[in-house]
Amino acid sequence: MLPARQLLRLLEIVMQKKQFATPPKRVALFVTCMVDMIYPEVGMAAVELLERQGIEVFFPAEQTCCGQPAFNAGYRAETQGLARRYVDIFEPLVRSGQVDALVAPSGSCVAMTTHFYDVLFENDPTYRARAAIVAGVTFELTEFLVDVLGVTDVGAHFRGKLAYHASCHLLRELGVDRQPRALLAQVEGAEQVSLVGAEECCGFGGLFALKNAPISSAMGRRKTQNLAASEADVVALCDVSCMTHINGLLTRQGQHCRAVHIAQLLVNEVEVADQPHSTAETTATTVDKTPPSRRWQDLRG
Amino acid sequence: MATSTIDLHLPYTTRVAKALGNRHLHTALERATERMDGQRVAAMGAVEGERLRTQMRQMKEHALRHLPELLEQLESNLTANGAQVYWAKEADEVNRTLIQIARKANVQKAVKVKSMVSEEVHVNDALAQAGITAVETDLGEFIIQLAGEPPSHILAPVIHRRAEDIADLFQKELDMPPTLDPQVMCGVARTRLRREFLSADMGISGANFAVAETGTICIVTNEGNGRMCSSLPRVYVVIMGIEKVVPTLEDAFLQYQALSRSATGQQCSVYLSMTSGPRRPGDADGPDELHVILLDNGRVDMLAQGYGEALCCVRCGACLNVCPVYREIGGHAYGSTYSGPIGSVISGLLHNSVTDVAALPYASTLCGACRDACPVKIDLPRLLLDLRADHVAEGDAGRIEHLAMQNFAWMMGSRARYEAAGALANSGSNVLAWFSGGSIKSMPGPFAAWTDTRNFPPFARHSFREQWRARKARTKRITREE
Repeated sequence: MLPARQLLRLLEIVMQKKQFATPPKRVALFVTCMVDMIYPEVGMAAVELLERQGIEVFFPAEQTCCGQPAFNAGYRAETQGLARRYVDIFEPLVRSGQVDALVAPSGSCVAMTTHFYDVLFENDPTYRARAAIVAGVTFELTEFLVDVLGVTDVGAHFRGKLAYHASCHLLRELGVDRQPRALLAQVEGAEQVSLVGAEECCGFGGLFALKNAPISSAMGRRKTQNLAASEADVVALCDVSCMTHINGLLTRQGQHCRAVHIAQLLVNEVEVADQPHSTAETTATTVDKTPPSRRWQDLRG
Repeated sequence: MATSTIDLHLPYTTRVAKALGNRHLHTALERATERMDGQRVAAMGAVEGERLRTQMRQMKEHALRHLPELLEQLESNLTANGAQVYWAKEADEVNRTLIQIARKANVQKAVKVKSMVSEEVHVNDALAQAGITAVETDLGEFIIQLAGEPPSHILAPVIHRRAEDIADLFQKELDMPPTLDPQVMCGVARTRLRREFLSADMGISGANFAVAETGTICIVTNEGNGRMCSSLPRVYVVIMGIEKVVPTLEDAFLQYQALSRSATGQQCSVYLSMTSGPRRPGDADGPDELHVILLDNGRVDMLAQGYGEALCCVRCGACLNVCPVYREIGGHAYGSTYSGPIGSVISGLLHNSVTDVAALPYASTLCGACRDACPVKIDLPRLLLDLRADHVAEGDAGRIEHLAMQNFAWMMGSRARYEAAGALANSGSNVLAWFSGGSIKSMPGPFAAWTDTRNFPPFARHSFREQWRARKARTKRITREE
């Protein structure tokens, strides 16, 4: 283990994040537990986006959860175990140079590991420094594509009305907003519609959705009302937690619009089903459930 | 006076349910918060808002670091100017001191400037018990006093009422003819208040800030009622939280600007009333006596417990207006004098009795809109997170929740357990989804709170890691075949 002072020096260096002398080639994917278990297609889409840019993707299979649900609920001791585990998995990869960067398809999980681990390890300088080493090269997916790789046109196309919801942690903890918007602006054929209150919380908030379910639902209804008014077919976002909440309400209400993760939209997995204009009640958006593995075979010829 | 239907002592969940079920409240909140927030954004955008916020933060941090010296300086300058200064540790000391002053000066009626700190220590109740009439003179406060309600917003106390509700109240209580014309309504209130100003023996206000170097109490108003209360009656009493002291006049003007722009979107408020002492020989007007009561009520403990950042608050209400939770439930649901994000932080730290105060730090999605709106850059989500951590560390969280979280951390603590739990959740959720055709419409136990209003997706049949493994194996095979 490095002495604390050296670690702190290192910490200062890596806190000036996101300067790569040469473009990063190898990336570790922190897929996040929700994507892994509930939305694997989002993870596969993220991999596809990265590989198309010539990035070699690693998936350290030891990874589980960053601990955000427990941390937000106030359970710091419980979170610390998970956070140390995360650092033990990813920090050696970064320090040994096996990967140049970490990418995750989630704003809130990146905010957790890059901002809140610092709070969590307040009294643990070693892990704090090691977490900072990882944080220095950790990027949310769209941030990595736009800021690091300099890409905005990924060859995406979409026929329909497209809105954007700015997830809270992505927008206000990471300050990532222009990046997803830049990527969406390049989606060919999409009719961009503006969403009133796009930067307002959807009401998810982790345990808040259960502990304060009536307020959470009321906030969510405000979001779905604004979506209905925007006439969007699809609202793209960068966090599957907000996506789960918004879609949970939209499907319960029988609305036409659907929330989709930006990665899926960018790899052209999202289509608006043709529908007669009179029956707006039926679900109009279908997400292509073709197993991503099949498309991989296609790609490889 | 009307009898209030608002009971702050109901359980938290009941207060929230009542608020969510009130459609008029929803309309009123939506109209007002959006207007106020829009004005703030425009006013902060018209200057270098970021710089103003940074300067404010530096100034307030400096003031809090030097709090003891500044308070002593304020006291000695006020005393030199002829004022009397009192130190109150708890709320009841404020009320005892106030009533002593009132009795000594034979006060029958007091007029009040809108003051959150006087709500915090329940001055009106104490005065009423002592047989002294207290009249609120800020229009909003005047209205809620008529209605017998507590304020529901730091800045706009009557935000929970629509104009229609107020018109009804004025017709009933002040014999106003039926109208929605704001000029007529204000005229009725003005006529009534004029009488009160002229017949009052005592003026009571808080302090938006107090200048240590000159011993000056500053109150910011838009209606001029502040000046009336501080100069017309014989006795003027100021009750202020100790965190309201600023070092210099220059600092006071900095705060004046930040407060005006963030609170009401004005470049500066219509009135700024500054009082440094009682009337001197030869002065045309002013009170014969000036008394200043400095209140702690938990503030020093906040500094000691690592929550001192919350004392930077200038009570502008900007965090309430942007808060998506406040916008849904309004102020009364918080059950405290202080509502919204700042209220959720300080209500449990101040020495007040608030029913179910432990629920307040959880009344937030941690969306961060409040931090971005705050003119002093208070990291409200961080403070809320710290309060939650304290709550859990002190063993005050529910046993079932604690067990669930320990179990969650244990499950996520190893790859094998994580994958096993994933497989279990997969079968379970897919069975539930099969019953309701696609997505889950009903879940058991605490998860029912989700499915009451929202569907939940079943877990994927093949997790990302399974698909990744399969793909790796396939790639290897292809490579070998080549």
